[in-house]
Amino acid sequence: MKTMNALFCKAGRQVGQWSLTLGAALATQSALAVNSLPGGPGVNQLDLHTPVTGIAVDQRWLHYFMLLICTVIFLGVFGVMFYSIFKHRKSKGAKAANFHESTTVEIVWTIVPFVIVILMALPATKVVVAMKDTSAADLTIKATGMQWKWGYDYLKGEGEGIGFISTLDATQREESDSGKPKPADDYLLKVDNPLVVPVDKKIRIITTASDVIHAFMVPSFGIKQDAIPGFVRDTWFRAEKVGDYYGQCAELCGKEHAYMPIHVKVMAAADYSQWVAGKNKEMAALADDPAKVWALPDMLARGEKVYAANCAACHQASGKGGGPIKPLDGAAVVLDADHAKQIQVLLNGQNNGAMPAWKQLSDTELAAVITYTKNNWSNKTGQLVQPAEVVAARK
Amino acid sequence: MSAVIDHPGHGHGHDHAHDDHAHGAPHGWRRWLYATNHKDIGTMYLLFSFTMLMVGGVLALLIRAELFQPGLQFMNPQFFNQLTTMHGLIMVFGAIMPAFVGFANWMIPMQIGAADMAFARMNNLSFWLLIPAALMLVGSFFMPGGAPAAGWTLYAPLTLQMGPSMDAGIFAMHIMGASSIMGSINIIVTVLNMRAPGMTLMKMPLFCWTWLITAYLLIAVMPVLAGAITMTLTDRHFGTHFFNPAGGGDPVMYQHIFWFFGHPEVYIMILPAFGIVSAIIPAFARKRLFGYTSMVYATASIAILSFIVWAHHMFTTGMPVTGQLFFMYATMLIAVPTGVKVFNWIATMWRGSMTFETPMLFAVGFLFVFTMGGFTGLILAMAPIDIQLQDTYYVVAHFHYVLVAGSLFAMFAGVYYWGPKWTGTMYVESRGKIHFWGSLIAFNITFFPMHFLGLAGMPRRYADYPMQFADFNMVASVGALWFGLMQVYFFLFVVVPMMRGKGQPAPQQPWDGAEGLEWEVPSPAPFHTFEQPPKLNAAATKVIG
Repeated sequence: MKTMNALFCKAGRQVGQWSLTLGAALATQSALAVNSLPGGPGVNQLDLHTPVTGIAVDQRWLHYFMLLICTVIFLGVFGVMFYSIFKHRKSKGAKAANFHESTTVEIVWTIVPFVIVILMALPATKVVVAMKDTSAADLTIKATGMQWKWGYDYLKGEGEGIGFISTLDATQREESDSGKPKPADDYLLKVDNPLVVPVDKKIRIITTASDVIHAFMVPSFGIKQDAIPGFVRDTWFRAEKVGDYYGQCAELCGKEHAYMPIHVKVMAAADYSQWVAGKNKEMAALADDPAKVWALPDMLARGEKVYAANCAACHQASGKGGGPIKPLDGAAVVLDADHAKQIQVLLNGQNNGAMPAWKQLSDTELAAVITYTKNNWSNKTGQLVQPAEVVAARK
Repeated sequence: MSAVIDHPGHGHGHDHAHDDHAHGAPHGWRRWLYATNHKDIGTMYLLFSFTMLMVGGVLALLIRAELFQPGLQFMNPQFFNQLTTMHGLIMVFGAIMPAFVGFANWMIPMQIGAADMAFARMNNLSFWLLIPAALMLVGSFFMPGGAPAAGWTLYAPLTLQMGPSMDAGIFAMHIMGASSIMGSINIIVTVLNMRAPGMTLMKMPLFCWTWLITAYLLIAVMPVLAGAITMTLTDRHFGTHFFNPAGGGDPVMYQHIFWFFGHPEVYIMILPAFGIVSAIIPAFARKRLFGYTSMVYATASIAILSFIVWAHHMFTTGMPVTGQLFFMYATMLIAVPTGVKVFNWIATMWRGSMTFETPMLFAVGFLFVFTMGGFTGLILAMAPIDIQLQDTYYVVAHFHYVLVAGSLFAMFAGVYYWGPKWTGTMYVESRGKIHFWGSLIAFNITFFPMHFLGLAGMPRRYADYPMQFADFNMVASVGALWFGLMQVYFFLFVVVPMMRGKGQPAPQQPWDGAEGLEWEVPSPAPFHTFEQPPKLNAAATKVIG
């Protein structure tokens, strides 16, 4: 026993010294050579992100408010408990008292916490109502969660019509796999195409998903909204400071859940307008000419890409579908020599939207993917659908 | 005969006449496979749940090993998701819930002066169903595609993408649910019908009350879980579209159904803990539990309120303002009866004459750390704050504080408190203290930093993370390892010696302040106790005549 005690004392001292060193180190810098990311996580951050929207300021205030009240109650209650632990011990000669109930006391310590809880609920109610008011937005953007990236479509307001996909930087993904990623302040937060928005404007974000539930989160803005397949939800923010802000997907969505970050670039109004103009030019340049006549191999190559990005999620890479989803491999409408039938399905959907409409894809993309399905897997029709046929069908 | 594995030469002077009943005392493998004795079944439940605690613990250590540093060192993210899912399912359904049923089986009949549970054979089935269920659940790791990887909450439509292990998991949960429902029926009928004369409902130990209420919760909500997972199964294989939006279904409906089960489920996992602590604190304060009536009402209020708060797990799904407000208010309301209980425990301690043997250490430790978890729960109840913290490590911190420092610590307290009665052997007090302090400190090292990670925005269920989160993750991983080792220590140096009879023989009443009919029978408790209903004193705490 004595040796055990001596061993404990020595070990205890060592643990104590080690803990102090660790604590000091943690408080000042990371063991890794990274710095805090402005608009993103800070090294050993203890608090919520620095808020850049009014809502985030309110949330942070509410949190301090709750923390303060809870700490006061905690100190009060456990002060009493520890006092009792000290004073009312048998070893100190304390004799047990006899009381074991008091209706008055029970009523008091039911009513008082009840009142405290009501007082806490009042400021919270205001913020809930404010967070839900997505009306009168200056700019509306749809954020679509996909396995495993975000798609942004500018629906209304300056920049309308712009759309692109935002994916985690491929190098960073590889570094993760390597097990020894190079220290980087924006590790797992860097994307190829950030979401760009103007400062001081009310931005309404509509969220949806194409496969499973994801969640769009930007802590600096104080927003988090589930992106649910088949449904649209919305949230809003008004960023009050120019800068880069980061978030991550916040609902388990499969294998790469940790690898679909969100990067929002908030720009001054003039810079934003410039960005919009640049983007529009870019999209115009890339747009396909629907009058072009394509050769089969080129169509197939293009169609494969369109299929992977849009159709494979449901119809599977094998074309076999599954459950309620119809197979394309061997399907009558696909094999049919009358192209119009399959074009109709793609333009208008089928089965009450169980197969959604894809009229938002370009004529070239639709023609390409139809051609691809007609000539892939066991389908070997040799048919070729031109964009012009899709143009005609839209009329 | 008692539940001790092996105790050669320990003559406790217990009544051997009980062993010679007309059909002969059971022994060998038949004693356990065909067990109908509540003590034997209780022992099996406890050993089963400890085994599952170790399995779930290993999964946790694998998770923490991967999260020790940024980057994927040991596994691919799909396997990581399997680990987080199975850690949750195994701990909830394999460790915590069966352990409390083990306590119920051992203690309820003795505490109410009954010879056994009402339905002794159904009791056997309730236990043995768990074995194939657990084998299927753990075995799912070895099925094609690995274990389910959709989180223990199994949200649709992600579950529709999982491999065959998802179906095995669903089947296992159905079986465990059936086991729980049968066990609850047993407990309710036993408590309502088999109390000894003179033991009115308002005189029975609070542990029996908390289990009575928990049993009603279980019967009410386990079928709801069964509904949710069955709908998932039919969506996966039988062409239904309950949760599949491609067919017109609603993924959020899954969440409603799941959490209607899920929220009462977490109260199912804590109410028996409240009961255990309500037995221990009065014993070691040498003072009656303060406010018994109030404690009963508070427990019942918590149970009833637990049915109307489920959507606080869904604040980010996009419900209308009225919904957010209602669920926020209702959730904050549960803090009131919970607070009442905490105050009553402290009032029990106040002006008592306390000693701090290990059961009391764990009970007081529970009070302190569980309340911290309660405060973070109240903070999460505030919808605007929850928008920031939902699906982050803050939530992980919160529920580990209430489930580990809450439920698990209360169970440890119960093992130290009642272990001498079960086994007839005292544990070594200094080892109990090592277990307590080691577990308490390691637990806080592991989970306290997670509050900061959550506030800083680190999401849950992430196999890799931005590097600014690295230090706190490293600290948490070290703490987790230490915590795991303390439980191995507990098993090898506390549980095993008690079961093998290696220690001081336990007196009939090792704790001088303890009250209750379980202390009216020898230690170890004989195979059969209270075969005839005992005659009780006015307070129903002692056998007279």
